[in-house]
Amino acid sequence: MAYVAVSGGEEAIEASIRLLEYYRSGTKKDLDLEVIEEKMSLLVDRVMSEAGLYDKRYAALALKQCEGSTDEAVFLLRAYRSTLKRSYDSLVADTRNMRLARRISAAFKDIPGGQILGATYDYTHRLMNFDLQQEDAPALCRRVQQEVEEQKPVEISPCGRVSDELKIEGLIDRFEPEDEEPFDVTQNLLEFPAPRSARLQTLSRADTGFISGLAYSVLRGFGQVHPTVGELRNGYVEIEVPYLEDPTESLWIGEILLTEVEVFNEADDKDQLKLACGYGAVMGRNENKAIAMAVLDHELNTTGDFPTQNDEFVLLHGDSLEMNGFISHLKLPHYVTFQSKLDAVRKTRRENHG
Amino acid sequence: MVDKYNYAFLDEGSKREIRRSVLKAVAIPGYQVPFGSRELPIGRGWGTGGIQLTLSLIGPEDTLKVIDQGSDESVNAVNIKKFVKMCTDVPCTTRTQEATIIQTRHRVPEVPLTNDQILVLQVPLPEPLRVVEPQEAVTKKMHAESDYAPIWLQLYESLIKYGKVTISAEYPCLVEDRYIMNPSPIPKFDTPKLHEAQCLYLFGAGREKKIYAIPPHTKVVSLAFDDVPFEKESFRGKKCRLCGSTDTYLDEIFDSATGERYYQCSDTSYCKEVRSK
Repeated sequence: MAYVAVSGGEEAIEASIRLLEYYRSGTKKDLDLEVIEEKMSLLVDRVMSEAGLYDKRYAALALKQCEGSTDEAVFLLRAYRSTLKRSYDSLVADTRNMRLARRISAAFKDIPGGQILGATYDYTHRLMNFDLQQEDAPALCRRVQQEVEEQKPVEISPCGRVSDELKIEGLIDRFEPEDEEPFDVTQNLLEFPAPRSARLQTLSRADTGFISGLAYSVLRGFGQVHPTVGELRNGYVEIEVPYLEDPTESLWIGEILLTEVEVFNEADDKDQLKLACGYGAVMGRNENKAIAMAVLDHELNTTGDFPTQNDEFVLLHGDSLEMNGFISHLKLPHYVTFQSKLDAVRKTRRENHG
Repeated sequence: MVDKYNYAFLDEGSKREIRRSVLKAVAIPGYQVPFGSRELPIGRGWGTGGIQLTLSLIGPEDTLKVIDQGSDESVNAVNIKKFVKMCTDVPCTTRTQEATIIQTRHRVPEVPLTNDQILVLQVPLPEPLRVVEPQEAVTKKMHAESDYAPIWLQLYESLIKYGKVTISAEYPCLVEDRYIMNPSPIPKFDTPKLHEAQCLYLFGAGREKKIYAIPPHTKVVSLAFDDVPFEKESFRGKKCRLCGSTDTYLDEIFDSATGERYYQCSDTSYCKEVRSK
């Protein structure tokens, strides 16, 4: 009868929840939310991105509440999100106006507006820094702050994308701006073929591991070979909402950190070639996720038999909440259905061999 | 009741939206109505479709019963009850007759339901054609065109291969001679209870974002061939070791100490009632 038992479920659950408290109680030191926000910011970014809710404080709280599990934290934020009233739809934010923190291109050495390496782990040696075991955090904070203050600010002006140039040259298709209301994946059932707005929202909220793996399969040969990162940028984008009293005005409500990527691929253009572009944009700093998203966006524009070319396959299986919810439900009792299965198996064995 | 959240957790707009989908589902029995499934504090795949139905319907005058595998005290049932209670304060019961809304996973209660009761079933995979066609866009078209040949073929193939239709729980049925429907993973023992019933059956799939319904007095027929009738699970020669019932769905229990195998009612509330008579 194991853990469902016929009775006693309620006490068992309460004891189980108390045991979770035990697991969170191993030290007398508190895990300050500010510390999670400021020193685990990539983790916070990942959780916000997969939850589709931009709030560092709540993401940090969620992580604190669940021993740092990304899928549990995403779960908490999503559930909280369901209780919030949606008061406004923001205006379209043009990422050309992004306040850049980093911008690179793997396609061209020189790009209009220039490359900014910014902060990246790409060129670090991944050696354990044992000094961090005992770190003087206030000293670090002071030192870095001082260094920043001593520097002269360099003005970075907003700049267009690398693809803008290639569009002028006619190598990439140009599309007219489309002002159709985007499909809202949080309020509607996805329909297939999915509109591109639905595809991009779904990929942007997808589990990082899932879409990275899928994009990897594309690169390895189960797809359209090797794309080039035309541009990767991250930085802050200002968000505005319409001012209800006067529709020509808008209200600034804040800024969010985004990572945006465009990848280029060769594509057929009747009897010649052109370049096709895949787009990725995710909340926070999560470059591999943004690149993976761009690879899959392009892949879904092509037709073929690879799993990554099938929008149902890609879009329905990467939501953290959905995949983890369904996998974990296997731990629930299935006594009735299993009894029914047993009955079917026994009957065929009895009739055929017995 | 936790007052930081709206009554029944979801905001009123969301609840109304879900009720509208329910009305459409009732109007087209067996048809899967897409809806904007909300995220809940309970896992997707753990009954969130059913919970959203319950939350959108429930009011202070309701009495709730929640069962899982037929049992009121199974962990998942307890957990769902605790959540609904936390945000509504409605009274809960284990007696099937007393409840106005019964949420269930994998079973239909043994006691026949009446016309003032709603049975909310949790559905993992609402699409009955998914076993023969993985793509939603294709199955949607198959339903529209009543193109049900592949599922009949599956039944036939199983018959040829094993001499029997081997589908166990989640047995597909035809509703009002129009839509093939997945009755959720209830055993074949329970599917006939959907036919010409007194109560309203609502099916909610949260992860798959679908709602469908069997209103009272609806024709529901389990798929079968004229010469190979539909067959339920059989417990011939077996009875509940607690209440002695021979006409209920039984759980098989294996006593590892004695090596003995015995049976008892899966519907624990029914079993208790029989014993108290």
